[in-house]
Amino acid sequence: MDPVSSLLAAYKIPIGLWGKAFFTFLTDNFNAIFRGFSNGLNLLLDGLVDALLLLPPVAVVALIALLAWYLQRSRALAIGVALGLLFIINQGLWKQTVETLVLVVAAAAASMLIGVPLGIWAAHKPKVYRVMLPVLDLMQTLPTFVYLIPVLTLFGLGNAPGLIVTIIFVIPTAVRLTHLGVVSVPKAIIEAGEAFGATKRQLLWKVELPAALPTIMAGLTQCIMLSLSMVVFAALIGAGGLGTEINRALGSRKIDLGLEAGLAIVVLAIVLDRMTRIGVGGKK
Amino acid sequence: MNIAVDFKNVDIVFGNDTKGSLSLIDSGASRAEILEKTGNVLGCAGANLTVNEGEISVLMGLSGSGKSTLLRAVNRLNFVSRGQVMVKDGDKMVDVVSCDEATLRRLRQHQVAMVFQQFGLLPWRTVEENVGLGLELAGMPEAERKARVGKQLDLVNLTPWAKKYAHELSGGMQQRVGLARAFATEAPILLMDEPFSALDPLIRTKLQDELLQLQKTLKKTIIFVSHDLEEALKIGNTITIMEGGRIVQSGPPEDIVLRPANDYVRDFIANVNPLSVLTAWNVMRDRRDLEDAGEGWLWLDRRKTTRFKIDAQGLVAAAERNGKPAVWISVDEIEKSSDEASHVFWAKPGTSLKLVMLAMHRSQTSPVALFDDQSRFVGAIGIRDVLSAVLRR
Repeated sequence: MDPVSSLLAAYKIPIGLWGKAFFTFLTDNFNAIFRGFSNGLNLLLDGLVDALLLLPPVAVVALIALLAWYLQRSRALAIGVALGLLFIINQGLWKQTVETLVLVVAAAAASMLIGVPLGIWAAHKPKVYRVMLPVLDLMQTLPTFVYLIPVLTLFGLGNAPGLIVTIIFVIPTAVRLTHLGVVSVPKAIIEAGEAFGATKRQLLWKVELPAALPTIMAGLTQCIMLSLSMVVFAALIGAGGLGTEINRALGSRKIDLGLEAGLAIVVLAIVLDRMTRIGVGGKK
Repeated sequence: MNIAVDFKNVDIVFGNDTKGSLSLIDSGASRAEILEKTGNVLGCAGANLTVNEGEISVLMGLSGSGKSTLLRAVNRLNFVSRGQVMVKDGDKMVDVVSCDEATLRRLRQHQVAMVFQQFGLLPWRTVEENVGLGLELAGMPEAERKARVGKQLDLVNLTPWAKKYAHELSGGMQQRVGLARAFATEAPILLMDEPFSALDPLIRTKLQDELLQLQKTLKKTIIFVSHDLEEALKIGNTITIMEGGRIVQSGPPEDIVLRPANDYVRDFIANVNPLSVLTAWNVMRDRRDLEDAGEGWLWLDRRKTTRFKIDAQGLVAAAERNGKPAVWISVDEIEKSSDEASHVFWAKPGTSLKLVMLAMHRSQTSPVALFDDQSRFVGAIGIRDVLSAVLRR
C-alpha cells in the first residue's frame, strides 16, 4: 500500500464504535422506556390481530369487500377483492395474512399520520425541507439490515420493532409526496384564496390540501406498497405473518410454501392498492 | 367625486436589495440598470394614480410594463417596497401597505374583490361552491350564502350550471364564474387582471359588453389591466399607460389617442381607429380661435366659405354660406335633409367624429358648428381639423 493510504488506514475514524456507544448509552439508560413502548405496541397489534381472527374468515372477507365497494363504488372491484381473499383462505394462509394486514395498515397509517404534517411543514418552509432532505435520503437508502440490529436491541423481538423498521423505511415517501403535492398547488388558486381573504389555516384546509389530495393519496398507496415490501424484513425480527412463512421457505428451500406466501402478498398488495386509489372508478 | 383607490409614489421591487434598488429608482435608473447593479427586478416605480369611485380605470402596457404588479398592490398580493396605496374602507381610507393582517383580511373579504386572467377557480368545487368562496372565507352562514350565490349566478346567467364542476365549463363560462365570485362579496372595488385575455375574440367582446351592462347598475370601482388598447378604449373611463414599471401617461381615452405623450404611446395607438374614440369636442376649434368677419360675424372655416352672426347671448342669429343666407340644422336630422349647399350642420360636443364627417360629406364639405346644451355657439370643425385628427398630426 502507498504511504498516504496506509497512513489513512492507520487512523481509522471510529464511526462504528461511536454508533455502538450511542446505542449502548440508550439501552443502558432508557431501556425501560423503550421496552415499555415496545410492549404496549405489541399488545395493541396482537390485540387487533386476535380480534380479527375471532371472527369467521369469510365474514372478514365480506367486510373488506363491502369496504372496497364503499370506497370505490365499484361492484367489480368488490367481487375481485372477495375472490382474492378467498384464495388466501383456500391456501391456508389466513392467519398470517391477517397479521401482515394489521402490520401493513398500521405502518402505513402511522407513516401518513407523521409524514403528512411533516410534508406540509416542509412545503411551507423551504429551509426545513433542505434540512429534512438528507435525513429522508438516509432513511430510504440505508440498507434495512443495518437498522434492524439497533431496533432489535432497543425494542426486542415482536411486531412492534417490525412496525418501527417499516415506518422508518416508509415515512420518507409520505413526506416527499405530501411536499410535492402542496408545493405544486397552482399559484393562481392560492392567490385566489388569498385575494378573497383566507387565513393561513383556511388556505391550508380549503385550498392547499384539497388541491394536493390526489398526490397525497398516491402517497398513501405508495406507503402501503412499501410497507408490504418490508414484510419479509420485519419478519426477521419477530414480526409474524406472511414474511415469516417466506423466511421459513427460504431457510428450508420449500419452493411450494414460498410460492404460496408470495402469491398471498401479491394478492394483498393488489387488493390494498385498488381500494385506496382515488379517482379510479370513484368520485373525482 | 370620492376617491376609491389612491396610489402614492408606489415603488415595487422584487429581490433582496430593496434599499439599493430604491436609491437607484430615485436617480431615475431604468429596469435594466437596476437588474444589472442589484440583481433585483423593478416591478413599478414612482407610480401616482387616483381612481375615483364608480369609474373603470384601465392600466395598459406591454407585458412586463408593471401594470399587473401595480394592480396587485391594491390587495397586497404584491408587497409595496415604498409608498402608499390608500383604499376606501367604508368612510375612511386605509393604507394597504402598512395595515395589519386582520385589516388586510377584512379589506380582501369585503372591500376589494379580484378576477384573474387564468380564472383561479378551484377545480374540485362546483360552480356554486366557487362563487361562494369569498363568503365562506368571511364566515357567512350557509343559508345566507346560498341565497347570495343564487342571486349572483342569476346575474351572470349561470344558474343551470350551478352543480357543474368548473373544469366542465368553457373558458368564457369559467370567467363568468370568476366574475360572479367577485361580485358575490359585494365589494365596491373590483380588481381585474387581464380577465378576458385568455378568451377567444368573440367571447371576449361579449364579456366586455356584459361587464359594461352590469357596471351600469352595480357602479363598482374597477381597476382593469389590459394589453389590448381597443379593450381599454371600449371600457375605460381613464386609461393609464405604463412602460418599464413607470406610468408614462394617464387620462381619458381620447386624450391618449389625440395627444400621445411619447413614441411608446404613439406605437400603442398606431392601429387604433380614431373614429371609434373621438368626438366633435376633441377636434373642434374654439370660437375664440375663429377668425373675426366683422360686425359680430365669425368665419367657421379657414377657407372663409361659411360665417355665423353671433348675438350677445352666444346664440346664432344668422348664417351665410358662399355669400348667400344659409340655414343651420342639427346633425340628428341628417337623414331628413337633402343635399343642399345652403345647409350648415351643427353638432353637440359629444357627437361622434364619424357623424361629423357624414355631415360634412352631406353638406358639400361645409364646416360643422358646435352648440352646447343651451344652443350657444362654442366652436366649429373644418375639414382640416378632421383630417389632422384622423392622421394625428
